[in-house]
Amino acid sequence: MRRTVAKTYKLYIGGKFPRTESGRSTIVKNKRGEIEAHICQASRKDVRDAVEAASKATSQWASITAYLRGQILYRMAEMLEGRREEFVSAIQVTGNATAAQARKEVDAATDCLVRFAGWTDKISHILGSSNPVAGPYYNFTVPQAQGVVGVIAPQSPSLLGLIAMIGAPLATGNTVVALGSHLHPLPSAILGEVCHTSDVPSGVVNILTSTKKELLEHFATHRNIHSLYASDVTKPERTLIEEGASDSLKRVSYLHIQKDAWYDQNQTASPWNLEHFIEMKTIWHPSSSH
Amino acid sequence: MLPSVDSVMLEQRAQSFAKRSIKNESKMQGLRLVLSMIDLTTLEGKDSAEKVKSLCKKAVHLYEGELAEPLPHVAAVCVYPSLVKVAKKALEGSGVNVASVATGFPSGQYPIDVRIGDVKKAVSAGADEIDMVINRGAFLAGNYKKVKDEIARVKNSCGNAHLKIILETGELETYDHVRFASDLAIEAATEAGKISDGEVFIKTSTGKVSPAATLPVTLVMLEAIRDFYDATGVRIGMKPAGGIKTAKQALHYLVMVKETLGDEWLSPHLFRFGASSLANDVLRQIVKQTTGHYPAGYDFSEA
Repeated sequence: MRRTVAKTYKLYIGGKFPRTESGRSTIVKNKRGEIEAHICQASRKDVRDAVEAASKATSQWASITAYLRGQILYRMAEMLEGRREEFVSAIQVTGNATAAQARKEVDAATDCLVRFAGWTDKISHILGSSNPVAGPYYNFTVPQAQGVVGVIAPQSPSLLGLIAMIGAPLATGNTVVALGSHLHPLPSAILGEVCHTSDVPSGVVNILTSTKKELLEHFATHRNIHSLYASDVTKPERTLIEEGASDSLKRVSYLHIQKDAWYDQNQTASPWNLEHFIEMKTIWHPSSSH
Repeated sequence: MLPSVDSVMLEQRAQSFAKRSIKNESKMQGLRLVLSMIDLTTLEGKDSAEKVKSLCKKAVHLYEGELAEPLPHVAAVCVYPSLVKVAKKALEGSGVNVASVATGFPSGQYPIDVRIGDVKKAVSAGADEIDMVINRGAFLAGNYKKVKDEIARVKNSCGNAHLKIILETGELETYDHVRFASDLAIEAATEAGKISDGEVFIKTSTGKVSPAATLPVTLVMLEAIRDFYDATGVRIGMKPAGGIKTAKQALHYLVMVKETLGDEWLSPHLFRFGASSLANDVLRQIVKQTTGHYPAGYDFSEA
């Protein structure tokens, strides 16, 4: 009998797949109790490295045209579709989903990404404005990216939840450091490979696998993370996040979605989700006539 | 005959310095020492009086935030000769020296009279330290006597200012050349008369050529300094410059200095870092160690 080769999934930081700085890994077992894969358990120093990579990538990602950002997110959706079966089985390894349910989740994640891709060059029309002012000026308000966004993804749905939460900040030109589901880590570990093969510039998406217990504090207190987006957090975790974030006046927002509502795009990929990750800039420009 | 350096052992030895574990109190002490050894440098065509003034402010007040223990100031600010006066005025009474590059920096490809004039003007403008470049063209052509004579002439023109001799190791091709150039420079600078400890430094690079400072190259130069000290009892200083960007790298250099030359050299009097971005990374580590939180890039001034 052939012995199957269990894959070791690494982290995704700065367009590379490093092992965790801490050298730790955990075993992912399938429902029959067999070893399915090894997963890196990221440490605070991996958060530090990921934020470093993300902040290096911010200016490039924010300054390319919104249209191009949309194309790149769409490309990600294409790659996700191409690896559909891989994700379906990854979701089933640790989850209780049936094949049909897993397929539904992958499809919803792909569609969600396509929707975010569409929003990239339309969001400024919704949130921006041309303001009436009393004087010979044009006055515009335009949305801009905030910078590095820390994402704490829900435990479940592991793929759809992560996509919905990185999609919003990415579409508005932010770079992302995401902590994937700890209970169901495989889909988030594979997502790095999707980003890597879909023209996403290095450092724009960084994905870590570890426990919230270990890393949440460092996401909250790292002064170079400009905004934090969390889902599926307990009350003590919220306190930890908000206390840590207060030092650098970091923005904190939560995505509250009931179990079945994850499949409702009006909740996962609404333009109002994008609104959390922008800064408004108002420009006065002299006009020639009154 | 050129001295011969065993490059395999040299690189292995140099690598080994990067493997010491330096944590907590010793790390903090090392980081503070690094700050006090920095020659904060700006050597660009676009340097202006205002840029130098803000760099001088940074040299004296490295960090705006509050720390339990006050930080040291850097060792010197390193600028082009035309900006020495500005720096001198801005640093008056601060204890921070003004270093000036001279002798047709960075190429050194000018007539010797022009290069000497460069030195004299920088010294009369108030420079406490002169960073000269050697004539690499002459060195590589084998015209060692010319190189040596020129260094001696520059040393004589320095007056009370200390002299740092830039070998530009990135252009010297081999470790053998680096060792020979180090010996040559030390010999030339000390031949005119007895010098005091730290009056003469040898320095790796201008920062304009890649590779700049590396651990192995610096080790070759440290060994030249050690051998000269063993023979004469005079302490020559060392300044690696260019490419040292992180606190971690800087600590590796300190380990190497300690294990090659001893504690005596762990002082800004005998060891310097030529760097522009190193200071902020060291500050970042110190703030992280003190507050427990990772600071952001914008927590530190840019200059």
